[in-house]
Amino acid sequence: MSETATKASDPGAMGLRGMMQILGMLPVLILLAIAFHLMSGKFLSVNNLSIVMQQASINIVLAAGMTFVILTGGIDLSVGSVLAASAMIAVIVSLVPGIGWLGVPAAMLAGLVCGLANGALIAALRLPPFIVTLGSLTAVRGVARLLGADTTVFNPDLPFDVIGNGTLFGVPWLAIIAVVVILGSWFLLRRTVLGTWIYAVGGNPEAARLTGIKVPLVLLFVYGASGFLAGLGGAMSAARLYAANGLQLGQAYELDAIAAVILGGTSFVGGVGSIWGTLVGALIIAVLSNGLILVGVSDIWQYIVKGLVIIAAVALDRYRLKGGART
Amino acid sequence: MTAPILQMRGISKTFGTVRALRDVSFDVQPGELHALMGENGAGKSTLMKILSGAYTADPGGEILFAGQPRHGRDDGIAVIYQELSLAPNLTVAENMFLGREGRAMSLVRRGMLADRAQPILDRLGVGFSAQTPVWRLSLGERQMVEIARALTSDAKLIVMDEPTTALSTRETERLFDVIGNLKAHGIAIIYISHRMEEVYALADRVSVLRDGVYIGTLDRAELSAARLVSMMVGRDLGSFYRKDHQAKPPTGAPLLEVANLTDGKRVKGCSLSLYAGEVLGIAGLVGSGRTELARLIFRADQPAGGTVLLGGRPFGARNPREALAAGLAYLTEDRAGLGLFLDMTISDNVNVGVIQSDAGAVGVLDRRKAAERAGSAIRNLGIKAPSARVNAGALSGGNQQKVLLARLLETQPKVVILDEPTRGVDVGAKSEIYKLIDTLVGRGVGVIMISSELPEIVGVADRVLVMREGRIAGEVRPEAGQPISQEAIMALSTGAVPMQEKTA
Repeated sequence: MSETATKASDPGAMGLRGMMQILGMLPVLILLAIAFHLMSGKFLSVNNLSIVMQQASINIVLAAGMTFVILTGGIDLSVGSVLAASAMIAVIVSLVPGIGWLGVPAAMLAGLVCGLANGALIAALRLPPFIVTLGSLTAVRGVARLLGADTTVFNPDLPFDVIGNGTLFGVPWLAIIAVVVILGSWFLLRRTVLGTWIYAVGGNPEAARLTGIKVPLVLLFVYGASGFLAGLGGAMSAARLYAANGLQLGQAYELDAIAAVILGGTSFVGGVGSIWGTLVGALIIAVLSNGLILVGVSDIWQYIVKGLVIIAAVALDRYRLKGGART
Repeated sequence: MTAPILQMRGISKTFGTVRALRDVSFDVQPGELHALMGENGAGKSTLMKILSGAYTADPGGEILFAGQPRHGRDDGIAVIYQELSLAPNLTVAENMFLGREGRAMSLVRRGMLADRAQPILDRLGVGFSAQTPVWRLSLGERQMVEIARALTSDAKLIVMDEPTTALSTRETERLFDVIGNLKAHGIAIIYISHRMEEVYALADRVSVLRDGVYIGTLDRAELSAARLVSMMVGRDLGSFYRKDHQAKPPTGAPLLEVANLTDGKRVKGCSLSLYAGEVLGIAGLVGSGRTELARLIFRADQPAGGTVLLGGRPFGARNPREALAAGLAYLTEDRAGLGLFLDMTISDNVNVGVIQSDAGAVGVLDRRKAAERAGSAIRNLGIKAPSARVNAGALSGGNQQKVLLARLLETQPKVVILDEPTRGVDVGAKSEIYKLIDTLVGRGVGVIMISSELPEIVGVADRVLVMREGRIAGEVRPEAGQPISQEAIMALSTGAVPMQEKTA
């Protein structure tokens, strides 16, 4: 038993199962892309893939923050609301003549403040993350509506619209930001002390404390990071739409972000998972949305299919890992 | 000889490419206690899982139970695992009949359950009733509920996997009485244990597995510790470990001085002194407050009163992080629950305490240093693993413990508190851990070792403090060439002699 497990989880001796564990949901993503291409004939075009990436970008950014949080065994339900409030701030600040560019840092700062507030309640008062962020989901939504006096704010001359609609060498800026966030998250998780601590806190919080890890600091960081990235998502969203609406923007975004993280194989109880999995998970969601439209599936059926695919993919994952490293 | 109740013939089990069991044959007589011994990973648990139907054996072997071929799960065999599987929110009676209440939709008749459960509990002679909720029971009492549950299913064979690990001496004695009672009723018992004394006290026969292979069976008359150990490890270790260091008579100030430490609950005013280069044993029954005392010293819990001096200066740590920084390290008794990160690699587990001080600017990991530390830990402590990138959860108990020890040692502690350092660890790893303790004290580190195994504490410690009910009941030292007396320790821990006045 223990011997078997030793062999199975040795990354040096990589068998089929080892490959599967590393690739995770990637085969599903590729199969979906091929299937949609065969059905629509136009899925795998440079133009369409660029659109998919653009559509996925905001969710990728949110899901990266969510990965940090879920790796510690927590959850952040407030990211959709934080995104809406940050987008409002981004547009409002962009209307100030001369310093409109400050809308982007202002949005990120606002997100960071919301996230740190979540983190402080969770780390210092030891309140359950689900409850705290459920509360801020509602409260921050109210703040977002308050900011624009419950109206949609526009700025047709948005100084930072290049973020939302421009490209660099043909690659949308939104996609570039998403990739940078993923790379940064990877570096943080795998190459820094803080990243190791995040895995440790999620894997065994009490052992982490006894090992001398500053557990409250780690929690403050992950919720702060999630809020900060939601703020960035807000700026991206504002830049794309030239507008923000406190009531509608970002509704249920937290669910897509959580779905991406879970599709990516990150354990809901914490301690296990990778940012690459999250990227693949977010792309699967984006491919589904885009592909179903191309194939001509109605809006209503898209919801049903997306939901079922998420459940099926995770079920497949469980089946694949059964009898794997830990029994 | 009567017909065996259980015959396992030619059992093999392959996981992927690894053969966990090869051609194991083994039989059990009705009413006998058959002990099963072997190092961790020898295949004992796998064999028992095949017996219980949790695993399916490779084709070719056969299992006969009461003369009939056995397929999968049926009644007649009950397995009591190390981790108890009771629902704490339900009553004793409900737990005993869990899964046998009848159809899912039929009403549970509590009164009737209790009426059926009570005679079985009376037969076991337990001190709680069928209506008691399980969360109120101690671990030992819960074990009795597991046994009672086995009896409700009319088991003819009960498998006990290290049943005494979490039990106090008194609870262990109670369990042994019950085992005698079961045997008298013709129930056969397969008893898995690492503790030689228990096997001596109980076993009618002992079978040994090593690396998935059946090595042999000894009858009670031929039992000898030396023979069993050599069968298990395939080399002769000598029966007990003898410490390899010689603590000098204490000179100067103690390294660690604890005075009147209390938490207001389980630890009631404990004082002790630890000198550099000695192993101070702390013995006592489970629940006597040993772990609680250690956690107070390490500041894993906050003391309610008392003082601690480290190196002659007041020890001002407020949490484990500051205690580690001051040179005090603590090895938890619960390595999976409170110690290791099972889903992280050996390297991460070894380095996690020092990555911050190793790290470069803005907290970027020094991966070369980490690999060096992990590599030398694997070499120096003899951790058996294909590479440092294997997850700690995939290792056997002994190797997990070495990983945890390696983590402590990386912090260069001056004082090390080891809480049950060899619990659930196989014989080979045990003696390596003892050697490591010798090396540490040789370097002038002060070691406090908490242990429930008397031969171990007598063999390793220079002097032993005995705890009872949250207090230091007394100290036992070796006298004039004689080793520390196990009887003296046992007398102090059970309260057979009154508490000594502390003389130190």
